Amino acid sequence: MADVNRGNRPLSPHLQIYRPQLTSITSIFVRITGNALIVAMLMIVWWFLAAATSPEYFAYADAFVTSWFGDLVLFLSTWALWYHLLGGVRHLIWDNAVGLDLETAYTLGYALIIGSVVLTIFTVIVV
Amino acid sequence: MAYMTDRKRANRWGSAKSGTHHFWSMKVSSVGLLILIPLFVFTFGPALGGTYEEVTAYFARPFPAIIAALTMIVAFKHFNDGFQVLVEDYVHGIWEKILILGMTCLSYGAAAVGVFAIARLAL
Repeated sequence: MADVNRGNRPLSPHLQIYRPQLTSITSIFVRITGNALIVAMLMIVWWFLAAATSPEYFAYADAFVTSWFGDLVLFLSTWALWYHLLGGVRHLIWDNAVGLDLETAYTLGYALIIGSVVLTIFTVIVV
Repeated sequence: MAYMTDRKRANRWGSAKSGTHHFWSMKVSSVGLLILIPLFVFTFGPALGGTYEEVTAYFARPFPAIIAALTMIVAFKHFNDGFQVLVEDYVHGIWEKILILGMTCLSYGAAAVGVFAIARLAL
């Protein structure tokens, strides 16, 4: 046991070997959306700081945040936020060793995609 | 034939003393955000686009201010923990340490700036 074939074992196949599947793509997007949200988070912190500083500085920061570019970042971040949130819920479910079978995993994957789009549209309409 | 055992090989490589701590932290902050994020989106969202007077008056109210401040703290903690996993997966060596340390400074710094700004608006 202690000396059996160390360091000379076959490696598991890497990403480029696997065919992209709903489960793997929805998983990697949870990571991408989560990390990409830093852009919107820093922008919102900046906006708060400007509001707490002076009317002039607020006007400057607010003009950027509410510009077409700021709007685009916030719109994409809204989707990323809901997607990451629902992806997190999926992990909280999986953590209990529930829903790990292929069929349920696919259902949750579709729920994640549709749910995030619906919540984004809802947010844009309400806010 | 080396006189090595599995136990001996595992020595010095560190134990799982705090192995589940990071996982548990992520779980705690994720449940916290599950509550905070919907509240933040629908309190912060309507304030965005208002005039300076509207925005300062809005965040002088306790509920939007407390939600925003809590979201700053928990979201940046959660982001920092998540970013650490990203780096640990893809970056190794000295840059792994530099990126984790750098992003920790940025996360806690940004959270502090956010909370300070909201406190100033609220008080």
